[in-house]
Amino acid sequence: MAATLQFDLVSPERKLASVAATEVQIPGTDGDLTAMAGHAATITTLRPGVLKAIAADGTKSFVVTGGFAEITAAGVSVLAERAVPVEEANAAVFETLLADVKATAAGMDKDAGEKLVGDLMAAKAAVGA
Amino acid sequence: MPSLKDLKNRIGSVKNTRKITKAMQMVAAAKLRRAQDAAIAARPYAERMNAVIAGLAASVGGSASAPRLLAGTGKDQVHLLVVMTAERGLCGGFNSTIARLARLRANELIAAGKTVKILTVGKKGREALKRDLSDKFVGHVDLSDVRRVGYENAQSIARDVLARFNAGEFDVATLFYNRFQSVISQIPTAMQIIPAKFEQAAAPALYDYEPGEEEILADLLPRGVATQVFAALLENGASEQGARMSAMDNATRNAGDMINKLTTQYNRSRQAAITKELIEIISGAEAL
Repeated sequence: MAATLQFDLVSPERKLASVAATEVQIPGTDGDLTAMAGHAATITTLRPGVLKAIAADGTKSFVVTGGFAEITAAGVSVLAERAVPVEEANAAVFETLLADVKATAAGMDKDAGEKLVGDLMAAKAAVGA
Repeated sequence: MPSLKDLKNRIGSVKNTRKITKAMQMVAAAKLRRAQDAAIAARPYAERMNAVIAGLAASVGGSASAPRLLAGTGKDQVHLLVVMTAERGLCGGFNSTIARLARLRANELIAAGKTVKILTVGKKGREALKRDLSDKFVGHVDLSDVRRVGYENAQSIARDVLARFNAGEFDVATLFYNRFQSVISQIPTAMQIIPAKFEQAAAPALYDYEPGEEEILADLLPRGVATQVFAALLENGASEQGARMSAMDNATRNAGDMINKLTTQYNRSRQAAITKELIEIISGAEAL
């Protein structure tokens, strides 16, 4: 059996997931990365995208918008501003996420703002909503 | 001496009041449980967020290029007071304690020659401060049609505050809210959010940062402000329901006492009237 690491997904309002996973795929600002047990301690910010936690009993995916991930050798905790399980992410959910991201993007410079919106649209396409 | 009919009416009306305060108490108790759960559920996020920001701040804080949200503008001339209160009354001293603390601080700052600006969240605080500080108001956030305070509400308040900060409207921002300790005790608290302040300097943790430390800090600090506003809103929500619950409990008990007193008075007057009538009849019969 592969070594596992503790995966916690926390949003400001509640704890969304806390499971033992074998690997966690994280959409980082500088590019995607996968954390497995024994990963070097890292803190990375998130871009809008799909977060995947792969465990022995299945894969859990979440659409996240912003926040950061704290990776240690023993676990990953993701603090996402907003996170929605992929199964629940329909077109209406993306509408609200988009409005939210646009409001954030309004406060940034144009390039960074457009990248955020682009990232979210890519996530939407990947989920197929 | 009120007539029997007056007394009866009064007993009736106090009984109605007692029913209402009893109902309000029970509603507040139910809402309190929900508000407390929400406040507890929000804690892990806020704690983790603060720990990471504190760790980053400890390693970046000293440098000259530290973000302004952390280092401040270098002045403390203009203060923004964010006063968070409830939208509704009938919750004991809840609103007035926050307003009193905010007024005290505002007057201190004015006496020290600083400029004070006030942003009110919740209409009761605005009403309480309107009389002597209305010229300091710069904005108001209305949450009266929000049924459950969500992170979006905190985000929009934080965005408003940050936009004002970036526009150079103030140097220091302080939140005023009631910290929930228990149902009977809520502590009015002032918390400085800009520039960010940390109680304990965390030991800089050994992490790789991706992207660099300063970029992450610049990204996290605005989120940190939103998180703190959210935490304050939730604490305030729980405190409001707690305060209302104990206020309504007192009111219900007082109404009960009052009913007892009025009923005794009613019975005495009735008995007096009966005795008087008997005396009249007997003395009338004796006179014959």
